[in-house]
Amino acid sequence: MSEVTFREAVRMALRESMHADERVFLMGEDVGRYGGSYACSMGLLEEFGEARIRDTPLSESGFVGAGIGAALVGMKPIVEVMTVNFSLLALDQIINNAATLRHMSGGQVNVPVVIRMSTGAGKQLAAQHSHSWEAFYTHVPGLKVLSPATVVDARGMLLAALDDPDPVVIFEHSGLYNMKGEMPEPPPAVDLTHARVAREGTDVTLITHGGCLRRTTEAAAALAERGISAEVLDLRVLRPLDWNTVFESVAKTHRAVIVDEGWKSWGFSAEVSARIAEDAFWMLDAPVRRVAGVEVPIPYPTHLEQASIPQTAQVIAAALEVVGHG
Amino acid sequence: MTEAIQTTVLDLLVELAPEFEAGDIDLDEDLRDQLDIDSMDIHQLATRLYETFGVDVPESDRAELTTVRRCVAYIASNR
Amino acid sequence: MGDFVMPSLGADMERGILNEWLVKPGDAVAKGDIIAVVETDKGAIEVEVWSAGVIEELCVDEGTDTPVGTVLARIRETENPASEPSAAATATPSPPPEPVATTPAPPAPAPSAPAEARGRVMASPWARHLAAERGVALTGVTGSGPLGAVLGRDVPAAAAKTAHPKPDKVDQLAAMRRAVAKAMARSKREIPHYYLGTDVDVTGALAWLARRNASVPPPERLLPAVIWLKAVAAAIRKVPQVNGFWQDDALRLSEPIHLGFAVSLRGGGLVAPALHDVDQRTPVELMRAMTDLVTRARRGRLRGAEMTDATLTVTSMGERGVERVDGVIYPPQVAIVGLGKVVERPWVVDGEVAVRKVMHVSLAGDHRAHDGHTGGLFLNALADALSAPEAL
Repeated sequence: MSEVTFREAVRMALRESMHADERVFLMGEDVGRYGGSYACSMGLLEEFGEARIRDTPLSESGFVGAGIGAALVGMKPIVEVMTVNFSLLALDQIINNAATLRHMSGGQVNVPVVIRMSTGAGKQLAAQHSHSWEAFYTHVPGLKVLSPATVVDARGMLLAALDDPDPVVIFEHSGLYNMKGEMPEPPPAVDLTHARVAREGTDVTLITHGGCLRRTTEAAAALAERGISAEVLDLRVLRPLDWNTVFESVAKTHRAVIVDEGWKSWGFSAEVSARIAEDAFWMLDAPVRRVAGVEVPIPYPTHLEQASIPQTAQVIAAALEVVGHG
Repeated sequence: MTEAIQTTVLDLLVELAPEFEAGDIDLDEDLRDQLDIDSMDIHQLATRLYETFGVDVPESDRAELTTVRRCVAYIASNR
Repeated sequence: MGDFVMPSLGADMERGILNEWLVKPGDAVAKGDIIAVVETDKGAIEVEVWSAGVIEELCVDEGTDTPVGTVLARIRETENPASEPSAAATATPSPPPEPVATTPAPPAPAPSAPAEARGRVMASPWARHLAAERGVALTGVTGSGPLGAVLGRDVPAAAAKTAHPKPDKVDQLAAMRRAVAKAMARSKREIPHYYLGTDVDVTGALAWLARRNASVPPPERLLPAVIWLKAVAAAIRKVPQVNGFWQDDALRLSEPIHLGFAVSLRGGGLVAPALHDVDQRTPVELMRAMTDLVTRARRGRLRGAEMTDATLTVTSMGERGVERVDGVIYPPQVAIVGLGKVVERPWVVDGEVAVRKVMHVSLAGDHRAHDGHTGGLFLNALADALSAPEAL
C-alpha cells in the first residue's frame, strides 16, 4: 500500500499500458514537452519517445479524428483533450464517427479509442474551462462514459478502457489531480460495470460521481454526527449506468439525493432522478432531491465559482430535508 | 433442522388462521380443535408443504397432519 | 350522469360504512371495476361499479356510515347510457333494497387531519406499498411527514394497532350475528319451507376422486366439495326451477348458476359468498376459486357481487361430523342443498349387502316457488350426477 495522487495514478496507467502493448500511444495538446496540462504525462516523452507521446496542434476535431482513424486500423490510441469544454470541437468525430461506426458497418469495424478529458470547476479557470458536460456524452448510445473518483479507479479504469473494444470517454475532474489516496500493492484491476457503495447507510442514499464524491462523503460524515445514516453511491460508470445498485440502495433507504456538478435542467441528475421515479417509485418515502450546478456559466471569482457548484452544506441540507429533519 | 421445519409449519398455519400467533399454537394439540381448521385448510397446508419442502402428503396420509409435531415429523422423515 | 349508490349487499342490509375509496375524481372506471370498500355487518366488502365513465365527484368521505341507496359518487358516463344498465343495476337480479328514508350525506367534515385535506390520504409511495402489503387502511393513520403525510415508518405502528382489534372484533361478530339473525328470521317468517332428503352412494365418486388425486401433484388435487358442487350444478341444468329468486310474488329463474357456499368463520359467524358459473368451470378452476373465496371470506375481503348474487346455496356439515342437515333458505333464493357426512353403511348392491360410502343429501325448497315433485326430481338428478363423477 502506498499513497499516490490522482495524477500519479493516471500516469501509472499510461506507463503500464504503454509497456504492456506497443499499439498504445498518447496524443493531445501539450502532452509531450510540457508533460500535459495537468502534468499527467510528465516524463513520458523521455521514456517512450515522440512516436508514442505525440504533441498535436490546437485542433480537437483533427487529432480526435486521427485517434479514431488509428483505432480503426488496429492501434490503441489514448487521446487527451485538455478539457470537456474544448471537446465540443470534436463532438462530430466522437458522436458521428466513434460512437456509430460499429453500428453503421454492421459490426465489421470497431473503434477502440480512449478519450480522456478534464472536467469541472474549482480551479478558477472561468467559463471556457470549467463546465461539466458529462450529460452530453452519457446521452449517446455507442459510448462508454467513465467518471473515476478515486486513485484506484483513475488507474484501473484507464487500463480497463484500453481493453474495451469500443470508444470510451473518461472524465477526470480537474479538482482531483492533486488528491492523494491509498493504492494497494499490487494495484487492483477494476470493472466497468458496477457502481460502488462508498459508504453504507440506511436513511438516505446520496448518489454522486467524480469530483462531487469528496464533498458528498463529507456530508455523510456530518449527517452521521446528527444521527442520520447516509449511504453514498459512487456511480463510477455513467454509461451504461448500474441502475440495479441505485435501485437496491433506494429500496433500502427509501430516499435519494443526487449530487452532480452539471447544470440541473435536462442534466445528468435529471436522468438519474427520472429513472428512480420510473422504476423505484414504490420504494420512495420522499421526493427525490438534486444538488446540482447553478444555471450560469461558471464564474471566475472564487466565491462565485464555489457558489455555482454543489457544496457540502447543500448536500447536508438536502439530506436533512428528505429524511424530514429539514 | 426440525426447528427450521417447525418454524415454517407454524408460519404456514398462521397464514391459514391469521387470528392466531405462532406462539399461541400448542405443538401437541389437535389442529382441528385448536385452530378450528377444516379440510380446505388442510388441503392448503398440504399444498404449501409440497411447495415449500417438496414433500407430497398423499390423501391417505392427510390424517397424520393432526398436530404441529406430527407435521414436522412427517416432513422430516419424508423429504 | 350516473349515481353510484350505497349498494344492498344482502337482503337485510340497511346501512354501510364507506371504508375506503379506491378511486378519486377524474379516474376512469369500467363496468365491474372495484371502486370502494364498504364495511357491512358481514365484514369489509369490495364493491363494483356497474356503469363505465369518469368519476365526477366523491360525495361521501371515507368512514361515513350511510343508508343503502345514498349517492356515494357521481359518474360521468362515457358510453351511450341507453345501451348500459343504470348505474345501480347489478348483473343479476337482486332484491330491491328495502325503502329507506334517503338522508342527505352528512356535510364534509372540516379538514381536521391535514393528511386527508385534499380528499385523499397523503402518503408516500413507500407507505402505500407497505400498507397494501400489510392490509392497513391509510385512512386514520397518523402521518409524521410534511403536512401530515403518511410515511413508510408510520405504517408498521398502524399495522400493529389494527392487528388486534379485539373490541372491534366483538362488535363485528355481534353485527354479523344480527345480520344472520335477520336473514334467517325473515326466511322462516316468510318462506314456507318443504324438506326432502335421500341417501346417496358416493363410493364411486370418492374412488374416482382418489384415483385422480393420486395421479396429480398436491396443488392440482381436488376436495370432494368440488365434486358435490359440480353435481349440484349439473342437477340444476336438468331441474332449473330451484335456481333463482322469489321476487314480487313470482319466481324469477336465473340462467347463470352461482352457488352460495356457506363458509364458517373462525370464532363464529357465517357468510355464504357465491362461486360464479359453477357449471362453466373445470373442477381445477373451481377448486382454485373455492380456495380463493374461503381465504378472502375469512380475511373479510369479499366482493359485492359475491355477497348478493348466489342463485342457490349449498351447506355442508360433514366437516363437523354431522350426518344430516336441513337448511334454512337464504332469501330471496328458493332452495338450499344440505350435505351430510360421508359414512360407511351396509348397502344393497345388486341384491347383495355391501359396505358403501354414503352421504345424505337434502333439499329445503320454497313452496311458493316450486313443489315437492320438482324438489324430488332435483334430488334424483343430483344422485345421478354423483354416481357418474367423470362426466362432471
